[in-house]
Amino acid sequence: MPSPTRQAALTTPSEALRATIRRVLASQRGPTVTVLSSLLAVQDTLGYISPQAVAEVAEFTHASVNDVWGVASFYTNFRFAPPAQHTVEVCWGPSCHVVGALSLLKAVLEGLGRTGEGETSDGAITLKYNTCLGACAQAPVMKVDQQLVGRATPALASQWLRGLRREGPG
Amino acid sequence: MTASYAVLQERAQGRQWALAEKRRVRVGTALCGMAAGAGAVLDAVRREVGSLGLEATVSEVGCLGLCYAEPLVDFQSPGGQRVFYGNVAKEQAPRLVRAHLVEGQPAMEGALATLGGEALPGVPALGQLPMMKGQLRIALGNAGHIDPGSLEEYVAVGGYGALDKALSGMAPQQVLEEVARSGLRGRGGAAFPTGVKWRFLASSPGPVKYILANCEEGDPGAFNDKAVLESDPHALLEGIVLAGYATGASKGFVFVRHGHEGPIHRMREAVQQAYAAGLLGANILGAAFSFDCEVVLVGESYVSGEETALMEAIEGKRATPRYRPPFPAAVGLWGKPSNINNIKTLTYVPPIVARGGSWFASIGTERSKGTAILCLSGAVQRPGMVEVPMGRTLREAVEGLGGGVAGGRKLKLLQTGGPLGGLLSADKLDIPLDFDAMARAGAILGSGGIIVADDTACAVDLTRLLVAFCQFESCGKCFPCRLGTTHLLEIMERICRFQARPGDLELMHTVGTQMAAGSLCGHGQLGFNPVQSALKSFGAEFTAHIERRTCPAGVCDGKYLTPERSRR
Ligand SMILES: Cc1cc2nc3c(=O)[nH]c(=O)nc-3n(C[C@H](O)[C@H](O)[C@H](O)COP(=O)(O)O)c2cc1C
Ligand code: SF4
Ligand code: FES
Repeated sequence: MPSPTRQAALTTPSEALRATIRRVLASQRGPTVTVLSSLLAVQDTLGYISPQAVAEVAEFTHASVNDVWGVASFYTNFRFAPPAQHTVEVCWGPSCHVVGALSLLKAVLEGLGRTGEGETSDGAITLKYNTCLGACAQAPVMKVDQQLVGRATPALASQWLRGLRREGPG
Repeated sequence: MTASYAVLQERAQGRQWALAEKRRVRVGTALCGMAAGAGAVLDAVRREVGSLGLEATVSEVGCLGLCYAEPLVDFQSPGGQRVFYGNVAKEQAPRLVRAHLVEGQPAMEGALATLGGEALPGVPALGQLPMMKGQLRIALGNAGHIDPGSLEEYVAVGGYGALDKALSGMAPQQVLEEVARSGLRGRGGAAFPTGVKWRFLASSPGPVKYILANCEEGDPGAFNDKAVLESDPHALLEGIVLAGYATGASKGFVFVRHGHEGPIHRMREAVQQAYAAGLLGANILGAAFSFDCEVVLVGESYVSGEETALMEAIEGKRATPRYRPPFPAAVGLWGKPSNINNIKTLTYVPPIVARGGSWFASIGTERSKGTAILCLSGAVQRPGMVEVPMGRTLREAVEGLGGGVAGGRKLKLLQTGGPLGGLLSADKLDIPLDFDAMARAGAILGSGGIIVADDTACAVDLTRLLVAFCQFESCGKCFPCRLGTTHLLEIMERICRFQARPGDLELMHTVGTQMAAGSLCGHGQLGFNPVQSALKSFGAEFTAHIERRTCPAGVCDGKYLTPERSRR
């Protein structure tokens, strides 16, 4: 479920978004505060890195906009458009692969009407691939929002997707 | 605030006594437990205990290693006996709570094991479970037993005793010598002697020097580093502070991949508790030694686990490796002397300091000392995490502890040491768990991941997947790896589509050899390993795909799906 801050950020005009970003940047745990830690903080709160965020991070960390884009585009967890209300991640790592990750992935793609990563046409669900969700002993593994789902079968995946659809937005 | 160790022990004892009077329920909530549904089970247990108004302590614990039996719940009676249940469904939880906490029954049907107390008919002791038998737990001794969120529980089992011993009676040099004497070699992949590495740092000028604890753990199939963070974070922290003391370092960083909330939360909590207890900060335990520690997160990038890329990432930049020399022990994080160790390596340090380097050196083989911490996954009957003395064979681990291949199928291959490791065919099971023996067999022990594939798997298809991983994760800094992995993937995909061209194998060989020779870091240098080892063991299967255009295992149908991603 998106946090209230994330929800607000999706609907408020850009000045309010900037204010939110500044607040997020200023309230990092530290003591080590860097371009990367700032980007992670923004992504965690807002769900994506907007152009405003890049500008704010650059100012906050005394880096160039170029450097900030360089870092943001390197790590594959950053996205540059707001995510859908729900995110489904599927692991394609070898532990999962040898016990059926591919049929799981096929079922999810079919269920979402997609051929790869990205948002469903109704904008309700984002699909993301992952190289290892860290629960290899429960392979094949998927993650629905914050919930890890192990020993996942195509049927179980369809059940989760139906659940998300029923629940509706956020 | 600085407390003496005696004060900490007293506080810990007080808590243990208070707890001992109550019944206790433990639920394993590490990543694998959560993936099996432990969150809902924990909620159900808490709800039942709450609604019945029971006097019981419900604790979360980390990973006992019996991942096949997750969600795992155990009930401890005031007498101290623990009764474990495996594969607990949330619907089952209330019944178990009532039986143990209200009716005081010794054990319900389906109990998995007991620990302590008198034997119960029909229920084996924990140590007699096939997956536990013959394990030797040094780094995982507390995993699944103590509450990782409690400093007191760690102290109550002797935790921070090694640090107290070192600070109150050993010179830094002596601590370093114990670690050198232990023969400990790094568990992050390269198996470099830890004592030697520490000496480099110790001889670099201070005062600002860093200890970097590497929990990037991007290797699919390995989860033991995250499991340590989730199960026993204070043990790692004690190891980091000891490393700092031995080498004269001033600060430690624990480096964790973003997104693994459980391990991150546990580690941050432990650091906070340690500061509050005077185990971090100025004048630790009243001694003249001061040391700080911080948890730093990194974005998703496999190469950020490489030692110099890791420093770039902590500095907040793109995780691309640096040129060496200078080496990290001279010029590391922010230009300061630094030492990088794997999580498991550092977690061995407190027991080594407490019990002496010779004790550790007495375990294992001639050149691989101590234990191997293995993660069994894939088509194995009992996936999970085990710790055994080095020198045991792969067979003892995979068949003995893991129960062999699941579902009565036949073993086809093992993929060990992470994606840059190698494929081992089923006839290689008698290789001992030993860094050098594994390397001689064309595989690596690496960080301990063992992925089991049964005879429904296609070795060529799996190789394509590993190459896809290496291509996707190439950081792009140097061209032998950036282009080489892309080229290898193209060829592997052709082979899997039955469209191989004449000379493709030779071409892969040329590309692979050049990658190994010309790449800047281990990623490109080792990136050809999976192909090379697969060709060695499964050459006939490659030939079938290339010449007869068929897949003997019936996996490749020309429509395979390589998740299409690339670093932008
Ligand atoms: C591409 C690449 C990825 C690596 N990832 C990790 C990792 O996730 N964890 C780790 O401990 N070591 C990793 N290493 C090895 C580290 O560079 C380093 O050798 C290790 O952390 C040193 O610790 P040790 O001496 O305790 O083994 C990686 C190496 C390479 C080349
Ligand atoms: S070998 Fe690969 S991962 Fe390593 S620096 Fe070169 S491009 Fe990056
Ligand atoms: S390989 Fe899929 S969770 Fe690790």
